[in-house]
Amino acid sequence: MTIHARTVSPATRGPSLDRRLFMQGAGGLTFAVALGLPASAAEAKRVDLSPWVTLATDGTIMIRGPAIEMGQGSRTSLPLIFAEEMDADWSKVQIVRAAPIDAVYGNPGFGGAMYTAGSSAVTGYYKALRQFGAQVRMVLLDNAARHWNVPITELTTEPSVVVHKASNRRLGYGEIAAFAEVPAKAPEVRESDLKDPSRFRLIGHDVMRVELPTKINGTADYAINLKLPGMIYGAVLRTPVPGDTPATIDDTAAKAVRGFIQTVPLPYGVGVLADSTAAALAAKDALKVTWARKAKGWGFDSEKGLKEFAAAARDPARPSKPWETAGTGAAALATAASVHEAEYACDFAYHAQMEPLNAIAAVAPDGQSCGLWVGTQSQTMAVTATANTLGISPDKVAFHEHLLGGGFGRRGPRDMEFVVDAVLLSNAVKKPVKMVWSREDDVRNGRFHPLTAHHMRAGFDASGKLIAWHHRKAADIVTEFQDPVRYQKAGQKDFIGMLGAELKTYGIPNRQVDQITMDSGMRTQALRGIGFGPNKWAVEVFLDELALSRGADPLAFRLDLLKDAPRARAVVEKAGQMADWGRKRDGRGLGVAYIDYSGTQIAGVVEVSVDRANGQIKLHDVWIAMDCGVAVQPDNIVAQTEGCVVYGIGLALSERITMVDGEVQQSNFYDYLIPRMRDVPPIHVELIVTQNHPTGVGQMATPVIAPAISNAVAALTGKRLRHMPMTPDRVLSVLKA
Amino acid sequence: MSIAFRVNGRQVTADADPESRLLWYLRDQLELTGTRYGCGSGLCGACMVHVNGERAFSCQTTLRDIADKSVTTIEGLSPDSSHPVQKAWLAESVPQCGYCQSGQIMSAADLLAKTPNPTRDQIVEHMSTNLCRCGTYPRIVKAIERAAREA
Ligand code: FES
Ligand code: FES
Repeated sequence: MTIHARTVSPATRGPSLDRRLFMQGAGGLTFAVALGLPASAAEAKRVDLSPWVTLATDGTIMIRGPAIEMGQGSRTSLPLIFAEEMDADWSKVQIVRAAPIDAVYGNPGFGGAMYTAGSSAVTGYYKALRQFGAQVRMVLLDNAARHWNVPITELTTEPSVVVHKASNRRLGYGEIAAFAEVPAKAPEVRESDLKDPSRFRLIGHDVMRVELPTKINGTADYAINLKLPGMIYGAVLRTPVPGDTPATIDDTAAKAVRGFIQTVPLPYGVGVLADSTAAALAAKDALKVTWARKAKGWGFDSEKGLKEFAAAARDPARPSKPWETAGTGAAALATAASVHEAEYACDFAYHAQMEPLNAIAAVAPDGQSCGLWVGTQSQTMAVTATANTLGISPDKVAFHEHLLGGGFGRRGPRDMEFVVDAVLLSNAVKKPVKMVWSREDDVRNGRFHPLTAHHMRAGFDASGKLIAWHHRKAADIVTEFQDPVRYQKAGQKDFIGMLGAELKTYGIPNRQVDQITMDSGMRTQALRGIGFGPNKWAVEVFLDELALSRGADPLAFRLDLLKDAPRARAVVEKAGQMADWGRKRDGRGLGVAYIDYSGTQIAGVVEVSVDRANGQIKLHDVWIAMDCGVAVQPDNIVAQTEGCVVYGIGLALSERITMVDGEVQQSNFYDYLIPRMRDVPPIHVELIVTQNHPTGVGQMATPVIAPAISNAVAALTGKRLRHMPMTPDRVLSVLKA
Repeated sequence: MSIAFRVNGRQVTADADPESRLLWYLRDQLELTGTRYGCGSGLCGACMVHVNGERAFSCQTTLRDIADKSVTTIEGLSPDSSHPVQKAWLAESVPQCGYCQSGQIMSAADLLAKTPNPTRDQIVEHMSTNLCRCGTYPRIVKAIERAAREA
């Protein structure tokens, strides 16, 4: 076999696996490779010592899972992609959590960071893990060929076995590991060396997610369940608005709580320590704290704020940042034969992951090292936040990854404030501290999907062709608050807030999307659907209004605009067929929406009725058609999509955070209403499986739901809902208007 | 004050405030952490257990409430995940993040104990007590139907 020498040159470092493969031979085989971005000298050293895969002589294959697990399944699906190309026997695979090292385990499709977000795990790691798996298989083949003294071309593999058909000999991967020699240079793998998809045994074939058995018997290892020797419990009362500080602290009543240990003043609030979670939360609730009221957010009122946002979006004199421009942009409106205009809005919304935020930290007596146990969307950001808080280097943080009881974006802010809470409390007493937010803390300290106002204009030419599009969106800059580091790296582009406002597939020649940046002083963050939520709400409802203004069928209108996007057309057509679009229903309306979500093509149709007495929208069916390219785990993709729909129903109909004088008004599931089983209609999902590179699935259906519902209500009643969520009071007032 | 009760067949004598909540006693004292904290207010069902064979929100149940009673948690539902509801849950790949699922399973087991062949409407009515933010509801329905069939 020819082994090509590879060198690492920065110029060739791209998302592909154009990197060194490191291997060692002691006690089986270990394989390492750096997937992240260029490492520092110190990190480069750790690369050598940080395996991706270990093949033991008994045939056990340990594969590192670089993505955290929050229910989306990538703890299983990433190692499975590797195992596919290695041709591993899945029953011999053990998945081990990867150490927090970006340079080794970072997502090549996500800036090289260990950051499970943006539905980017499978799409970002896919190519690299396939190539890496194929390289490891080649090393095993090469060793078997030399062992038997036969040409490598006569060898094939079956799961975890190398086979020489001509002599009817077989060698298990574990047997090979016992004698294998590691080549000095890693074998080169070309695209053509990868498996043809028709030979996939794992990709496209459902396997059980590895952690599933722990989720039916109570043993799943969320950080909130952990108890360490000598551990005490903490809770934190935070300033209602970001950036403020406590002015006065009265902890008299807190001290009277049985189990209270001590109060810990913090820069942004007040912590309490106690001998149980219940006592810590009770003592925290008993604190009386006044605030300095120096931060920007005091005085902010979300209802008034939205009016200001809307005025800013409407005001052409208001300066804006360009997001997308095509053709002659908004200038083309001047040449249009007719111009349409409409305004849309979205309220703040809350993640409501079922496991409230929590973390356990154990700062050493000398303050120079720290153990950390947490469910986080970024292992390395959690480590960095801990190190920065204590002024120690990241290698002094012993990080322990846990399952997440839901993420949806909430567990991924750069500052990891819930980790810092635990670290500061532990640092005050140099003992292990489990810090838990109550549900009320989790709501009030939420980092929300932003308040947004959209001013839309579009123009048709004399022949009725849609030729101009102008979307002005006013909102806080989400990226700057959530992740100042990436915000600067991205040249101060608010990609978290703005993604989804662009129109990649619709054939509208002249387009312009502008962002008007507001500053409410509130906390904002990516939430399932990210920018696509508010942006596609405005886009897909406006398109529907445009269709109706021409007397066109909304589905046919979209298909027409998608002439040059066959994959997009296919999902829209499919969703229409599934819903039997053309069939009129008595007292019911159908609405459609379509999204190109980072390459995933998705369309949805909903069937609704409206109770005109109380304004309640009732959903009867939801149909979703989706093309995410290669479907790595099809049933899991369907499950994710069902979950996305349920999440989308909540955002569409009932979920709403309001603020008065900077303070969040909601506190628990009685005033922040997320869908219950009775709110969810039958959901029908069909995948259109193509051989395109796999794209994301974890949030793509969520933003489809709200616009589809507004469009269905319009089809049924002729009235247009333009403010999300479409609560009964809003529905009633629109119906009466 | 000490209060005696049984948990998963084991006799427990709690030396604790009788007004303290069963949820935290289970989690922090007995280390039965399959019972989850979600809202603390009887709104989400993550903390669902059985008390004398009936489902109950452990966050709303005081130790006084369960004196001399018998509590079953997810850990005691079966010794080896063999309860028909647990088996159906795996067969339908219900859990996503999994955090709510102990409570869902305890609610479903309670439903099937009383109503071995529930209609879809009965399932929806009963299970609307339990929130699942991951949106596993469609699969919960299928799993309950399966458990009813296969029990
Ligand atoms: S924690 Fe008991 S109902 Fe939510
Ligand atoms: S599985 Fe995540 S909340 Fe239900």
